[in-house]
Amino acid sequence: MHEMSLCENILGILLDEAASQNFSKVDRVCLEVGPLSGVEPEALRFGFDVVTRGSLADGAQLDIFEPEATATCAACGTTAVIQDRFDPCPSCGSHLLKIKTGEELRIKELEVS
Amino acid sequence: MCTVCGCRSGETRIEDGAEHSHGHHAHHHRHYGTGDAGDSVPGMSQSRLIQLEQDILSKNNSYANANRRYFAEHGIFALNLVSSPGSGKTSLLVETLKRLGKTHACYVIEGDQQTTNDADRIRETGVPALQINTGKGCHLDGHMIGHALERLAPQDGAYVFIENVGNLVCPAAFDLGEAHKVAILSVTEGEDKPLKYPDMFAAADVMLLNKTDLLPYVDFDVAIATANARKINPDIKVLTVSARTGDGLEDWIDWINTAQAELFAGCATTEAAE
Repeated sequence: MHEMSLCENILGILLDEAASQNFSKVDRVCLEVGPLSGVEPEALRFGFDVVTRGSLADGAQLDIFEPEATATCAACGTTAVIQDRFDPCPSCGSHLLKIKTGEELRIKELEVS
Repeated sequence: MCTVCGCRSGETRIEDGAEHSHGHHAHHHRHYGTGDAGDSVPGMSQSRLIQLEQDILSKNNSYANANRRYFAEHGIFALNLVSSPGSGKTSLLVETLKRLGKTHACYVIEGDQQTTNDADRIRETGVPALQINTGKGCHLDGHMIGHALERLAPQDGAYVFIENVGNLVCPAAFDLGEAHKVAILSVTEGEDKPLKYPDMFAAADVMLLNKTDLLPYVDFDVAIATANARKINPDIKVLTVSARTGDGLEDWIDWINTAQAELFAGCATTEAAE
């Protein structure tokens, strides 16, 4: 359950951006959270509400974009969508998969005023 | 709460009695409600969109990178030991230090929610150790390690072992600046643990299977556990050890020394190329 400290990290970034980009209120935060990032979006939502209470992002809308996880097989070269890290290559069954996407954990954009 | 380190001041304590204080830092900390963001900015009331594309862990990563630079500048080799509670991390570390401490300067940073028990056990071996209590926190982060290094002041060329909070989930996400994460799994746990906690085994370069002296008494198949770990991480190195009997410890220590030599051989090559 490190979602709470991730939310504190998010708020820290918002405060830094507020100072450098001159805004005093955050209306919407858009995150990209990959399925292999080790983060539970619902726990993140809960943590975000708690952590931002009384801050410049109090009441801000939280949009979480969840991209697909993809991996390339080192054995046969196929790139495919996977659900979990332990999935075999759908083409040849090998586990020699190199993750390409799905580990994202970033703030994509902000709507501020 | 401190928004820079993500920890809660008053909860995280680094040994030597001092509360994790926010007065002495070189960087500026902003506390909720009173910082820059509390100021209103005239003429900026119109809503606008900012494309940020910033990693949420960027702050932790910058602390971790500062630690990594510090390690590189001082020729220090750091390992981050991660596992569930009760896998035998501290016992394994004690036995490792008894052997490695004869030939190398070693230091330990211990992470637990409460107590200094683990650091006390390490100090009994004569190796300097520092306890970080994370309070309710479930992992160590790069910022805590930076402070611990200030206090511990390891000598150049040393080995630093960081024993993370017993937790196979959260420590996977937080880079501390270490050369390698080492995941420890004991044979009293399930062979499917790498599948249940894939992020940690994906992040680790080595899996140590500990308590092998208990293999005759438990239904644990080393080959299955290894295969499961490699489904997650095809390159993971697997070593079997028993901290209790000492079996396999020579291979583990050989791995440490080889990895240390490889790391600094790589640095020397890079420097020569520059």
